[in-house]
Amino acid sequence: MTKVVDRSPLNFYEKTYLPALVEGFKVTARHFVRTVKGENTATDLGDGYYPEVPWRVNEGYRGAPYLVRDQEGSTKCVSCQLCEFICPPKAIKITPPGPEGQGADRPNAEKMPREFEINMLRCIFCGLCQEVCPEEAIFLQQHYSLSGLSREEMVYNKEKLLKLGGVHAGIQKWKHKLEEAREQESFPVQVD
Amino acid sequence: MLENILSDPSVQFFLFSAAKIAVVFGVVMTFVAYAVLVERKVSAAIQDRVGPNRTAPPLALKIPVLGRLLQRWGMFQPMADGLKFILKEDFTPAYVRTIYFWLAPAISVIPAFLTLAVIPFGSNLGQQKMVIADLNVGILYTFGIVSLGVYGIVLAGWSSNSKYPFLGGIRSSAQMISYEIAMGMSVVSLFLISGDLNLSKLVEWQANHGWLVLYQPVSFVIFLVAAFAETNRLPFDLPESETELVGGYHTEYSSMKFALFFLGEYANMIASSAMMVTLFFGGWSLPFLGKPAESLLGGLIHIGIFIAKMIVLMIVFIWVRWMLPRFRYDQLMDLGWRRFIPLALANIVATALGVALFNR
Repeated sequence: MTKVVDRSPLNFYEKTYLPALVEGFKVTARHFVRTVKGENTATDLGDGYYPEVPWRVNEGYRGAPYLVRDQEGSTKCVSCQLCEFICPPKAIKITPPGPEGQGADRPNAEKMPREFEINMLRCIFCGLCQEVCPEEAIFLQQHYSLSGLSREEMVYNKEKLLKLGGVHAGIQKWKHKLEEAREQESFPVQVD
Repeated sequence: MLENILSDPSVQFFLFSAAKIAVVFGVVMTFVAYAVLVERKVSAAIQDRVGPNRTAPPLALKIPVLGRLLQRWGMFQPMADGLKFILKEDFTPAYVRTIYFWLAPAISVIPAFLTLAVIPFGSNLGQQKMVIADLNVGILYTFGIVSLGVYGIVLAGWSSNSKYPFLGGIRSSAQMISYEIAMGMSVVSLFLISGDLNLSKLVEWQANHGWLVLYQPVSFVIFLVAAFAETNRLPFDLPESETELVGGYHTEYSSMKFALFFLGEYANMIASSAMMVTLFFGGWSLPFLGKPAESLLGGLIHIGIFIAKMIVLMIVFIWVRWMLPRFRYDQLMDLGWRRFIPLALANIVATALGVALFNR
């Protein structure tokens, strides 16, 4: 249903700018008084302000994307490069292991990235990498204040990302595949 | 020998004037510095923020409670800002017209201070009248000087030789010239009533007859709005307009040259607040303290009254900045030429009729 907005021309009183002045004063005075009385967010931090007392990050906050390990400590990323392709600001750069490269650090998974870099200067925290990841290997986590002294320092490599990302327990897809494959070999059906 | 020289009236006049100039200049500079702090604190409070609260020189925090309190109120911030402005790199872009580029900040800051010369900021202190230059054409002098202020901005805009400052300069010239007319005309009716162009006489008149804002509210509103436009404050800060002109006329300026523009703006605010106090709010007088002071204490009280009134008007300036959005360019010109100038003219005619009818 359409809502018709009334756009009738201003009457004389409104043309004098007086109502705007009155309303403006009311709004600013309300905020001023609240801040002075300490009822605003400006004074809500307890015994200090931001850099000393860090901001309380709410649950579900989406900050910087980091790689995660599974509960057995192995890299979940399988170097499929979907995140690299979807990344709007092209912040992610993955170097795949190549045909002769080392395999994954867990059985049955085919591969893992040789190098995985996120340029945090480019990253916009959009979360598309997390959304597209088929392995649940990358998550937007609670870090929001990233700083460094050089551009190179702001390119986070695989080691750093994994360290910052921590562990994210979940269904271990490749472990189950491995178990299934083993069961195939000892499946108790004899064919004569 | 020395006594002979000191008792010479012209030497005395010179010495006392020099002392008054030095004190007024010092006080105004302090006011400018702390007006910036007040502006930042008030804006912070209005926008639910904290404002400057962590600058402190090394030893200041050693003072038991006071140190922390002053730090929290940001009282040391102006010092740090001043130091920063002086020590920063003074960069002159290669494409500017160098002489005018250097001249512009000076031209914009000097008129702001010159207008303070004719303002009576107190009655007497001992034998001395508390006004630097007791001109009998005070208000004409003020308007003459104030209109010079626009040259600094126009020169800055033009000599910077790039697009945003240029637009800022154009806007400023149009805005300041048109609002100057309304401002000048709003003041005419005051002098029709009081009958003297000398500002000290005007204050004395108000001490005897009551504040002129009660006689001339329309004139006060016009003067107030025009003062906002003349000092480039929101809602009329079109020459600067950070959001559309990246700083306007001072985009290319850095370090102390930028600071001079900044200083000029706040000094202008102080000058126009002082002017409004003198013209409309009875200067140094209060209804029950109207006589020129005879004792030293009385003189100091009068100066205190003047400064208190001025601070109230400064806070009005600061508060309005966070209250109203910026006018569009055509709205600004429309308001100036088609509302305020006819209104000011009508006010002059009405006042003249009133004076002619009742003052016979």
